[in-house]
Amino acid sequence: MARQRQMTAYRTRQLIFRILFAILVVLLCVIFLAPFMVMITTSFKTNRDAFTLPVQLLPREWVFENYPKAFETIPYFRYMANTAFITFFSVLGQLLVTPLVAYSLSKIRWRGSKVISGLIMATMMIPISVTMVPMYRIYSKLHLVNTYIPLILPAYFGKAFYIIIYRQFFTGVPNSLMEAAWIDGANELQRYAYIALPISKPALTTIGIYAFLDAWSDYLMPLIYINKSDRNTLSLGLQQYISEHTVDWSRLMAAATIFVVPVVIVFVIFQRNFVQGIATSGLKA
Amino acid sequence: MRQPPTSMSALEKRSFRNGLLFAMPWIIGFLAFSVYPLCASFYYSFTKFNAVTTPEWIGLSNYEGLLKDPLVLKSLGNTLFMALVSMPVNLCVALMLASIVVRNFRGRAVARTFFFLPSIIPMVAATMVWIWMFDPTYGYINNVLRMIGIRGPNWLIDARYTKWALVLMGSWTTGTTMLVCMAALQDVPVSYYESAQIDGANAVQRFFHITVPCIAHVLVYQAILSFINSFQYFQQVYIIVTANSGTKMGASLGGPQNSIMMYPLYIFHNAFTYLKMGKASAMAWILFVIVALLTVVLTTVSRKVNENAGVE
Repeated sequence: MARQRQMTAYRTRQLIFRILFAILVVLLCVIFLAPFMVMITTSFKTNRDAFTLPVQLLPREWVFENYPKAFETIPYFRYMANTAFITFFSVLGQLLVTPLVAYSLSKIRWRGSKVISGLIMATMMIPISVTMVPMYRIYSKLHLVNTYIPLILPAYFGKAFYIIIYRQFFTGVPNSLMEAAWIDGANELQRYAYIALPISKPALTTIGIYAFLDAWSDYLMPLIYINKSDRNTLSLGLQQYISEHTVDWSRLMAAATIFVVPVVIVFVIFQRNFVQGIATSGLKA
Repeated sequence: MRQPPTSMSALEKRSFRNGLLFAMPWIIGFLAFSVYPLCASFYYSFTKFNAVTTPEWIGLSNYEGLLKDPLVLKSLGNTLFMALVSMPVNLCVALMLASIVVRNFRGRAVARTFFFLPSIIPMVAATMVWIWMFDPTYGYINNVLRMIGIRGPNWLIDARYTKWALVLMGSWTTGTTMLVCMAALQDVPVSYYESAQIDGANAVQRFFHITVPCIAHVLVYQAILSFINSFQYFQQVYIIVTANSGTKMGASLGGPQNSIMMYPLYIFHNAFTYLKMGKASAMAWILFVIVALLTVVLTTVSRKVNENAGVE
């Protein structure tokens, strides 16, 4: 009897714990989603509705006019095309270069690979504030300010974070495969192109997503190098909804929503690659 | 290994050549985008120039000027505040989220997605939404606070609260740290918890005597990373300050009473708003030295600590 009572007490406690846990999870989910909900619902409000007390989450009257208006306020599609252009060529560069360097550091045994690896880690702590003035000076001397070259070019020389993730992946690939090809007489380039690269498709996908998100969202580089309004990217363009006197929050939120949608879609599709990349490297982007 | 010793060196040579060739893109990039700007920035820090003029040597004047500029110290203080307050807050939030999503429950994958999503959306869009939510009258945060009877502050207007608004905003984007913590938590052997439970340890005891020590090395590493990254905290404040002042050349470049003038933000303004590129370079080099020293000291200390803790 006593034992049974103990069991029921235990079960009750388990049940209470589970209920509390569920409440906590739901509450946290709501908190973390709140900004997204605010963004989306504000985009369907009239501006007057957004500035009416008491504030309600849902629009009093659903309107869709903010979207077409948002596209009129700034040359939205122009900016989107600019952003897509930069993103495409940045991703391309990272995909070409990252596996090459990672392969050299993990699959070719040569003196210097350790030094290079160390230097790659070290570059991650160089603040952009230090490099931006000299780089700006070079680009302005070459008359490349207000072009996309300063934004795209670095992608063709590898980024530390991506190389480290990719190297991590290659380290997990057994050497026996490459050695077998070596015995068959394949040279280094063939071993890379026909064995290492095809095997590393998951890593390639991961890098591609990172590069996409980084380039699509980039703010600082366009801020430094682009100051002609028709060359703007979307992240710069969002600022134009804020004029000197008023902010049309409904329009701004509509524009932000469209800006965020591709990112969310890409993330949801490729979530697994993304999560693995961070979890295995233990690093932040 | 089956190669005769004489041809080893030929093989080694070829490997060296191949390795170098494959790594060449990065090496060139390293020289062009890291080494050169670092050296140039050091030289520029002793000169005076704007975007177009030729740098003119002025010796240590830039550094002397920094000592007389109260905003340098103020911005350094603001940055230090963010580093010291934001880092533990973010780590606690990330650890809490990680201990939730590491459990097995229905909807776990969904919860993980929700917690992580804020970390990947474009920073401009996210910051804009937060500016709107921080609106003292029409913003959601103060309206939710009002519902539970609290009168919310003028988040981004009152200099006493601006930095706390940034801390709050930062705790929303701890997804990457959460994932790293989650991976570490998954590696803690279940048997530890089981035997502790048999010994009668409660959940709190288990957390502090098993979980925390087992993932301590990861926590320390994340703390270091986040501390160092705080010294580069820039874009969010730039967006907020620009949005508040309306135009790009607004009057208040560091927020209300310069309360969110961060060190990198002040560098940026000196370089591209005031076109004092020599001064900006001097400030940037000080930042570089700080970050480099911190990195070396913190990683050495944490390595020592981990070694002393032994293999657990």
